[in-house]
Amino acid sequence: MSTNTAMVEKYRNNFLKEVEANVEEGEWVKMCMQCGVCAGSCPLGNAWEHPPQEIFMMIRAGKREDVLTSDSMWMCTSCYNCIVRCPRELPITHIMHGLAHYAKRLGIQPKGNPTQWFSEVFWNNMMKKGRVNELKLGLSMYFKDGFVSGIKESLKNAKLGMNMQKTKRMAPMEFFGGHGVKNPGDLQKIIKKAQELEAARIEEHGK
Amino acid sequence: MADEKKIGAYMCKGCGLGERLDFDNMKMIAEREGKANLVKEHDFLCSAEGVKMIQDDIDNEGVTNVAICACSRRAKTEAFNFEGVAITRGNLREGVIWVRPDTDEARETTQEMAEDYVRMACFESKFTQVPKSSEQQGRIDNVLVVGGGVTGMTAAIEIAKAGYKASIVEKSGALGGHLADAWKDIPSRSPYADPVDTGVADMIAAIEADANITVHLNSTLTKTSGAPGRFAADISTESGSTTTENFGAIVQASGYKDYDANQLPELGYGKTPDVVTQAELEKLAVEANGGPIKRPSDGKEVTSVAFVQCAGQRSDKEGHLPYCSGTCCLTSIKQAMYFKDNNSDVDTTVIYTDLRTPGAPGEDFYRSGQQKGVVFTKGEVSEVAAGSDAHSVKFKDLILNEDTEMQADLVVLATGQVPNSGPDLEMQADDKADAEEAGEEYVQEIPVDSILNLDYRQGPDMPQLVHGFTDSHFICFPYETRRTGIYTAGPVRRPMDSLQAKEDGTGAAMKAIHALEDAAQGRAAHPRSGDLSFPSFRQEGCTQCKRCTVECPFGAINEDEEGYPQFNEARCRRCGTCMGACPVRVISFENYSVDTVGQQIKNVEMPDEFDEKPRILVLACENDAYPALDMAARNGNHYSEFSRVIPVRCLGSVNTIWITDALNSGYDGIVLMGCRKDDDYQCHFVRGSRLAGIRMSKIDDTLEQLNLEPDRVATYEIAITDVDRAPALINEMAETVEKVGMNPFKF
Repeated sequence: MSTNTAMVEKYRNNFLKEVEANVEEGEWVKMCMQCGVCAGSCPLGNAWEHPPQEIFMMIRAGKREDVLTSDSMWMCTSCYNCIVRCPRELPITHIMHGLAHYAKRLGIQPKGNPTQWFSEVFWNNMMKKGRVNELKLGLSMYFKDGFVSGIKESLKNAKLGMNMQKTKRMAPMEFFGGHGVKNPGDLQKIIKKAQELEAARIEEHGK
Repeated sequence: MADEKKIGAYMCKGCGLGERLDFDNMKMIAEREGKANLVKEHDFLCSAEGVKMIQDDIDNEGVTNVAICACSRRAKTEAFNFEGVAITRGNLREGVIWVRPDTDEARETTQEMAEDYVRMACFESKFTQVPKSSEQQGRIDNVLVVGGGVTGMTAAIEIAKAGYKASIVEKSGALGGHLADAWKDIPSRSPYADPVDTGVADMIAAIEADANITVHLNSTLTKTSGAPGRFAADISTESGSTTTENFGAIVQASGYKDYDANQLPELGYGKTPDVVTQAELEKLAVEANGGPIKRPSDGKEVTSVAFVQCAGQRSDKEGHLPYCSGTCCLTSIKQAMYFKDNNSDVDTTVIYTDLRTPGAPGEDFYRSGQQKGVVFTKGEVSEVAAGSDAHSVKFKDLILNEDTEMQADLVVLATGQVPNSGPDLEMQADDKADAEEAGEEYVQEIPVDSILNLDYRQGPDMPQLVHGFTDSHFICFPYETRRTGIYTAGPVRRPMDSLQAKEDGTGAAMKAIHALEDAAQGRAAHPRSGDLSFPSFRQEGCTQCKRCTVECPFGAINEDEEGYPQFNEARCRRCGTCMGACPVRVISFENYSVDTVGQQIKNVEMPDEFDEKPRILVLACENDAYPALDMAARNGNHYSEFSRVIPVRCLGSVNTIWITDALNSGYDGIVLMGCRKDDDYQCHFVRGSRLAGIRMSKIDDTLEQLNLEPDRVATYEIAITDVDRAPALINEMAETVEKVGMNPFKF
């Protein structure tokens, strides 16, 4: 039985309770008063399928599938405008990330979502040496849709690249290895321990 | 008294008046034209020395009428408060020097303005008497409280606490009203988190223990007559016995009845016993006595409950209430807590369109409900379908914009409050007139029992404003009513919860005590509080036309068998609407009459047609427009030097003869300033400005007869805050006069 079906079994129809138990800051969802200030404040609101107000309403209405497979939460850029403005002081940004995280944990997050893909590339890039290799990060963005489109994309930005080199904004030698923290292996150990602790905590408390 | 009248005119040279005006000339005018017996000036009239000068003349010289030419009649009222004499005021400060520039060119016209106000004060004084008591007074320190619910009980307790007696007349067999049937009440104190005890038992105990409170259960009022200070009420019991008692004032706390949910079959009411109203849920909660609430159909413990807000309310459908009852959202939150507090696993869903939680507990109580896990869904319920086990509530989710449904063991309908206010005669008359106009037969709606059975010419109950709620001057003075000495309180006035009803009952108790004490001394109630004058009429001139009795906004005037008006001084609010109504001008007050104003109008000096000095008469309501002009003056707003402002008690007291006389004697323009009328009225006398509006709409005929332009008379609604607008309107009339030319009737 997958984690997802196990959760469905456990909470039956009560998605609100599931969210409260498993999503970071999820206990705040019930406090939303549906004023819509968050939806109106979101600078990317138009790009979302469901603005936060709607997400909260869907959670209460038990629309589990629609919420967790939605790419809306993945569109949040953490500008914190909604948190600042919410009259009920809900940590909306955190709830959005909590929902996204929970969906990924259950393995039902939307597939092919670019922000999600970028997050993973960023994480893996950073984990290698403890610092982000900007050149490689940029190149992996260009080549994400294959070799040919990657070359085209690179040539398009060739002039920009030359200029960045001239002003020492980009070091081409970074492509070979690049700089990092002193002992990346120790960092990886630290992160691994943290992930173990988190997994244990989720196992015990749900979040 | 009239032949012994001795007028003293006193002029003040303070506040810059001395530098701006030629007082020698003004004194001469007061003496020669105003016929003042005594004319004096003082550098600082409102000082102790100046006041003493006037008082000495009253004591030693026998001055009976004091004309003070200084500041506005609204200023320095404490200083110029002389007992036993008639006082008039010429407004030289706010009315003249503050509204005109201090320049050489303006000097001449400013002086003319001041001289006119001196003339006007003297002539007003000449026609003013010192008000005498009507000898109709009575003082009974017993207040009748109609209704023994929360509002009535609070009023009675507060009245007794203040040292007066109270008598509660309650139709049912017990005190407590709706709240007595409730399991718990909405909290009235911080932290506003949980439902609290209703406190009804404590209130009943307090009433039973109080020797100053008498309770008549199973009783109604079969007849109420009299006036504040001397009401007589027939209290009849169900068994038929009647006792008559006298009261000083009345508090009507007749409350509300629940909206009839049988009119909501689409919401499943009557189709299954599991669809209940909020009042019925209270009964279930009382039965459960703190345990799990069981549903009526099969006694099963409720595991899911849906609250349908605005059931039959806030809807323009036939038979529905168009208004919001303002209490049902809080009640639903409270009732959802009944379930949650007992078992947090019960699903409670409140389906609302707009959650409204007015009053002190408001947001905090809502938040507490959310914290306890009550789910709030913004939606519009279209149908409740009874099922064999769970019932299905179909609604449109307004956030997700989709039609959906939910299942619930129990459905609670939030139906509204319908006031117990008795029949609405005005509306019936309007409906009848409409029907007759349309050529249909008038069908009277279901007859409603009268609450007060007043023996007034104007009908047995309090007038209503909208939706059957009693008229209460809700914008400015919510505790006021249109029947002096009778105060409505609680949900009969507007929908409210118990906390607001308690506040309302306390307010009404205070008003009732105030009214009976005022009546005992022959003083007017709000807003001319303390006024001793009252209307009287010359019977030999009266044509029994009944306009005064019909138009009195307060039901103060009855008719005798011959159709002559019978003034009830204690019911009268001294607005003068009867005086404005009287076509033969026989009604007057001792200190306010057709003459006191008419003489002021006539005695303004009227320059020749070719002098290029028009005259504009401004009749300004003393409650809003006149203070607005005073404030405009204080702010340094200037207005036309050709205007002459006369304060009136209410625009309703303006008799059209003043307008006709003014036009006949050469005024070029007339500006009437009253308060806002119609449903959102701000008129202190409720209907005065409306009646004035009707009368002035007919002034065009007069203008036509005189062959004058209709633009010469303008009526405006002025609020007390219109500090810039009021002077601007006067200036506008000055421009109009310039455009249409001078009035040819200058003699």
